Amino acid sequence: MKKALVAATAAAIFATLASGVSAKSLTVGFSQIGSESGWRAAETTVTKQEAEKRGVTLKFADAQQKQENQIKAIRGFIAQGVDAILIAPVVATGWDAVLKEAKEEKIPVILLDREIESPKDLYLTAVTSDQVFEGKVAGEWLAKDVGSKDCKVVELQGTTGSSPAINRKKGFEEGIKAASNIKIVRSQTGDFTRTKGKEVMESFIKAEGGGKDICAVYAHNDDMAVGAIQAIKEAGLKPGTDIKIVSIDAVPDIFQAMAKGEANATVELTPNMAGPAFDALEAYLKDKKEPKKWIQTESKLYTQKDDPMKVYEAKKGLGY
Amino acid sequence: MTWFTRRLRRLAPQLAALAIILGIISLIAPGFLTISVQNGRLYGSLIDILVRAAPVALLTVGMTLVIATRGIDLSIGAVIAICGAVAATLITDGYPLPVVIAVSLGVGIVCGLWNGILVAVLDIQPIIATLILMVAGRGIAQLITEGVILTFNDDTFAALGSGALAGIPIPIYLWVGTALIIGLLMRRTALGFLIEATGINRRAASLAGVRARFLLFSAYAISGLCAAIAGMIVTADIRGADANNAGLWLELDAILAVVVGGTSLNGGRFSITASLIGALIIQSINTGILVSGFPPEFNLIIKAGIIIVVLTLQSPAIITLFGFIKASRRSDKLNHGTKEATR
Repeated sequence: MKKALVAATAAAIFATLASGVSAKSLTVGFSQIGSESGWRAAETTVTKQEAEKRGVTLKFADAQQKQENQIKAIRGFIAQGVDAILIAPVVATGWDAVLKEAKEEKIPVILLDREIESPKDLYLTAVTSDQVFEGKVAGEWLAKDVGSKDCKVVELQGTTGSSPAINRKKGFEEGIKAASNIKIVRSQTGDFTRTKGKEVMESFIKAEGGGKDICAVYAHNDDMAVGAIQAIKEAGLKPGTDIKIVSIDAVPDIFQAMAKGEANATVELTPNMAGPAFDALEAYLKDKKEPKKWIQTESKLYTQKDDPMKVYEAKKGLGY
Repeated sequence: MTWFTRRLRRLAPQLAALAIILGIISLIAPGFLTISVQNGRLYGSLIDILVRAAPVALLTVGMTLVIATRGIDLSIGAVIAICGAVAATLITDGYPLPVVIAVSLGVGIVCGLWNGILVAVLDIQPIIATLILMVAGRGIAQLITEGVILTFNDDTFAALGSGALAGIPIPIYLWVGTALIIGLLMRRTALGFLIEATGINRRAASLAGVRARFLLFSAYAISGLCAAIAGMIVTADIRGADANNAGLWLELDAILAVVVGGTSLNGGRFSITASLIGALIIQSINTGILVSGFPPEFNLIIKAGIIIVVLTLQSPAIITLFGFIKASRRSDKLNHGTKEATR
């Protein structure tokens, strides 16, 4: 009798173990750059949420902005025998060796948010946004919004020489190309920060006849736009009505400004890079379906009509 | 009167440089020098320069004293971030304004005293000692703000950065007031003189009875205090504490301002007024570039070019050369004169 009981329990334990294996919950390693910005913190939060939603066990490694830490983390993931690895690469070069090690162990690697200069067969796919397209969406929104009126635009660029600054500038110029009534009259760097955004906007207002000639501000990120909004208010003008504000990133604070009518539009750089990555990974593991080498995330346009307060509440808790 | 001309001679190179830079900018950007009254406050690019110079000017006051002791304080940019984070946290927690200001200033002084301990007690070289807080400080600020830009909506605190009193923006009062108080404290008492003595030769000063250790402590503490005021201005200005970017690289601008002001990094003689003019020169260049409409790729090159010219004109070699030319001319005249006389 006792023996039978023991056997039964053993069988039961075995069964649960076996079923656990057969359901095959994935284990995925995620090497994050670090916490360089609010957006990155949100990306980490969303990645964890997406993993939890799908029942994926996520092993998280923070590299504190160092490539050597990322390579160490990836080697660690390989040694632990994870099913896949997500990397948000801190730099574009120097990944070949460690990616080859992963490939030898048949562990698929997915790049998040940035691409690298390695042979394309070393990773499964890259999930990134298209920065030129983001700028284009912003430009097209402005062209549609002003219609045929003449419009002088001042541009707050990101850090000089950085790829988002170059690409978002290029995209915006493409977006307004068809509208000959829209002209960029001034363009300066605000270093992606609020302080510089405000300081640069103050001098733009002075240089353009007290700001009455400026029809719109295009900022390469929301933080600079928030700074510009304050500068416009202090100059005695109404941001959002006297001067339109369009920017990129869609961080929570810009939605507060939009709710107050002080900002007009923002293009989202979604922190959800992991969702499409997990989708591609599951399809690949299930049917061996190779995804495209580049998965473009959606660059969604938000305006005052999109219930900004609701979006703000939804984004507030993501760690921006 | 002789006192006045002596002062003027000391400040002449800086004042000339500032005037020339402002002149050039007003040629490139017409309307640069106009000042009007709008919404009951002074308004114009020159006022912008005075307001935007506030953080660097405040840092410069402290930095001048530290450099006069033959030290250097690299940590003040990070102290700005820490004090800004502290102020923003307290404001969002609903503490009254006097408490917020007092605590932030206190934190700044504590940061300065920490540097003071490392330099004066443990005798660590100032550049290394303050490097510690420079690196760690932003991390501390990040911890306080929990990694986000901590925003607040408190109009009284925000006034420190963007308000005006009797038409003049408040940041101008803050930096001019701080500079006046500290300047008078240094020059109307023997403090400044004793700091110079410590900077020239600490051991000799100590043997002569100067309490060098105490003076080092106070120099770094004042530097921390100035950084705290700057931190509150920066934070109030954007109604938010940005731990990553608040005061970033401002310590280098402050060092530059002191050097442009003609105070030697070897310690000793110092002039707070000259350093402040140095800070105004730097901010004039920054604002000038913004209103001139040059593409941003040129910003740093233009700035570097102007600074090189200003520093070259002040360099010991050039001054010796000028002195030599002057002297040789005088002796020419003298020789000529004696010849005439003998004839």
